[in-house]
Amino acid sequence: METLLYVALFSPLVGSLFAGIFGASPKKLFTGLVTSGLIFASLVSSVLLFIHLYNGGEVVHVEMMDWISAGNLSVPFGFVVDNVSIVMMLVVSLVSTIVHIYSMGYMEHDKGFNRFFSYLSAFVFSMMILVMSDNFLGLFIGWEGVGLCSWLLIGFWFHKESATWAANEAFIMNRIADLGMLIGIFMIYWNLGSLQYDVVFANIGDLDITIVTWIGIFLFIGAMGKSAQFPLHTWLADAMEGPTPVSALIHAATMVTAGVYLVIRSNELFALIPDVGYFIASLGAFVAMFAATMALVNKDIKRVIAYSTLSQLGYMFVAAGLGAYWIALFHLVTHAFFKALLFLGAGNVMHAMDDELNIMKMGGMRKVMLGTSILMLIASVALAGIYPFAGFFSKDKILEVAFNGHNYILWGTLWITAGLTAFYSFRIVMLVFFGSERYKDFGFHPHEAKNYVLWAMTPLAILAIIAGFFEHQFFEFVHKVLPYYEFTEETHHMVGTLILVTTGIALTGIIIAVLTNIFKEGGISEKCKDNFIYKLFDNQWYIPKIYDEVFTKPYKELSEIFWKLDMKVVDATVDGVANAIYSTGENTRGMQSGNLSYMLRWMVAGLTIFLFSAVAYSYSDVLLTLLQGVAK
Amino acid sequence: MIELIAFYTFAILIIISFVIVVTSKNALYSMSALASGMILISGLFFLLNADFLGAVQLIVYTGAVIALYAFAMIFFDTARDIKESKSSKLIFILTGFSSVLLVLIMTVPLATGNVEALYPIHEGVGNSQDVGMVLFTKYLIPFEVTAVMLLVAMIGGIIMAGKKMDEGIIELKEELKQ
Amino acid sequence: MIGLEHYMILTTVLFMIGLYGVVVRKNLLMLFFATEIMLNAVNIGLTAISNHYGDLTGQMFAFFIIAIAASEVAIGLGLLIIWFKRHGTIDLDSLQSMKG
Repeated sequence: METLLYVALFSPLVGSLFAGIFGASPKKLFTGLVTSGLIFASLVSSVLLFIHLYNGGEVVHVEMMDWISAGNLSVPFGFVVDNVSIVMMLVVSLVSTIVHIYSMGYMEHDKGFNRFFSYLSAFVFSMMILVMSDNFLGLFIGWEGVGLCSWLLIGFWFHKESATWAANEAFIMNRIADLGMLIGIFMIYWNLGSLQYDVVFANIGDLDITIVTWIGIFLFIGAMGKSAQFPLHTWLADAMEGPTPVSALIHAATMVTAGVYLVIRSNELFALIPDVGYFIASLGAFVAMFAATMALVNKDIKRVIAYSTLSQLGYMFVAAGLGAYWIALFHLVTHAFFKALLFLGAGNVMHAMDDELNIMKMGGMRKVMLGTSILMLIASVALAGIYPFAGFFSKDKILEVAFNGHNYILWGTLWITAGLTAFYSFRIVMLVFFGSERYKDFGFHPHEAKNYVLWAMTPLAILAIIAGFFEHQFFEFVHKVLPYYEFTEETHHMVGTLILVTTGIALTGIIIAVLTNIFKEGGISEKCKDNFIYKLFDNQWYIPKIYDEVFTKPYKELSEIFWKLDMKVVDATVDGVANAIYSTGENTRGMQSGNLSYMLRWMVAGLTIFLFSAVAYSYSDVLLTLLQGVAK
Repeated sequence: MIELIAFYTFAILIIISFVIVVTSKNALYSMSALASGMILISGLFFLLNADFLGAVQLIVYTGAVIALYAFAMIFFDTARDIKESKSSKLIFILTGFSSVLLVLIMTVPLATGNVEALYPIHEGVGNSQDVGMVLFTKYLIPFEVTAVMLLVAMIGGIIMAGKKMDEGIIELKEELKQ
Repeated sequence: MIGLEHYMILTTVLFMIGLYGVVVRKNLLMLFFATEIMLNAVNIGLTAISNHYGDLTGQMFAFFIIAIAASEVAIGLGLLIIWFKRHGTIDLDSLQSMKG
């Protein structure tokens, strides 16, 4: 069992190092094949471990080696595979394998082919560390590792200024959030003396409730950065600068869900502080609505899907905040499938359109790209939450949770957002795949993606369809680790009504989208574009601009001031020292010129000084009394 | 009384002649002034009851040394005046200070301490006899060494200044005839 | 009347003149003259002290200094002649072969 754990953990690392050797070489196909193969090996071991756990095997817990052992602090490199982490491992390895195979087709003509696979496998490795670690510090290492790899991958095309800027933005925002998480981890260590999950969660109840609240808040700040909650959300949309497989892997399935994973993992902590949980849920609902509004009017295909991810993350946080951890995990899993599928499909479209992103320039592409259009249609329906696709089960459960605690405002927000979600996902589908073939006006010649790419995407589509039916088994499996969530009697009666209402609004959204796109392409008339609300949505509620004015510009001014100060003070001092030494040398060079006259002069001078000091030293006491007498 | 006049005359004349030595541009003037200074110093020695030393000063210094300088000047092109550098005040002050210091170091112990004569002057005997008595008994070894040193210096001087010394005088005459 | 101080001041003054000459003079021959001045100044000083204390040591010392000065002049002039034959000048600055 331990061997399987190590295989699952380290094969991505081996793949990354292997591909890294060829990082500067031109494209070699076998780097893609080898790395995909190794990730597949990781997937196979994850599946075997899953079967082991499913059949009632016990949790696999290894301690690889001692890492930090300083005084009282002892943090080993330990890994645990329990029911929660095996779920995450399965999701991560499955989506990663598919993305690797997909990338072999997508990055076919890219010069940095080998480098891409190295970074991608490194990312998978970091994510594995994150989910498999058995202490907070290992989690943090994985946290930082995924942050780093996402920076590398978003800025993959580093010649593009916008890509490097987006990569820096993502990394810096994550850093700001990581500060909060570090403070949380410090507080845990300070109060409990250990960072191991089992020790921490066993003793967390003994602490003062204020401390636990603060720990919860700080840990959630870390989660906010990784999962792009408001106000640290701007990086997610800009991260679309990276290649599409990156967006599929990182910003749909894995990295952004790390925040949710943290909250789920620390459920025993958050169970003690329901107020913080309620705040998390409210923030999640707000973000869900907020992101959906921005997705309504955006014309960039990847950005719309990015906002959709943001919105669905909000859903997950609502569930986690209200204590229904297994439901959050379930939505995480289903969302990974259909969101990754959406991204990969968008990648196909982009590849066909020579990296064009504007949906207004596409249209009627189902005639050329039938396979992709079917896959994206399946994914959009799953996203909208229509029975029997996967999204229906998980989203519906979240709405039930919101209703259950009498949090009607939350429920209402989520309900409206469900409608908006359906609308915008079908808006994309209609604008890209149906309607008139606008792309012909712009001179594009799209073609379908390669066959193996489509075959790689098919497992995701199948899972997007059937994953919902495993809800009950999922519940049984996971609740060995996660707590129950009780639904009140009232909710049990209302379940049917709720399902109806939710499905109703989703279908309404779909119908509106279809109709408006049949009658008017784009669905939004020209005079609406001058509407204030439209402008607000289109400019992402002006938040990037606010950040630029309030934070970036003053900081830049401050940096410039300090730079000048540094030049004038520090550099001048160092240069001054060097100049002093140099000029001393220059001026005393005359002593050694070989000119007898000078040398005689120096001799006399030296003699004088020597004699004077000798006299002064030997008569110092006499001189001293003399001076004192004179002074008086 | 005589002592007073004599001392001041000698002192002032010595200072004037030595200043000429140091500041003159013409080498001949300097040498002549040096000679006069030496003679006057000899006079000062006689004033100090050092008869033998005064005589030696006259013979050796003004006689031999100045003559040596005069011969050396025959070789050099003294018509060409060598440019002297502008002397700064600093050098003046520096030299003054150091000389004062040196003398002070040497003499202040004398002023404060009790000095006992090591080889006291014998009354009744003349200075030359006194010097002879001390020189050939207590200072014999330095005397002999000095003699050797003078010999060496003489040979060295001859070798350095002479020409074609490895040839005999007969060969030199032969060359002159041709 | 004339005490030791007078002679000591004379010694100091003469020594100063000699030292000044050594430092300033560029003509090598003049340099030697200045050296002679210094030696003579010291002789005066030694003899004065010897007279003051009735000791013969000072005179003996002055005697030996004269001997040494004579031999030094001989050798020095010999070297100067050789230098002059080689370089044609007795300027002190020509003695410098380093570029500084």
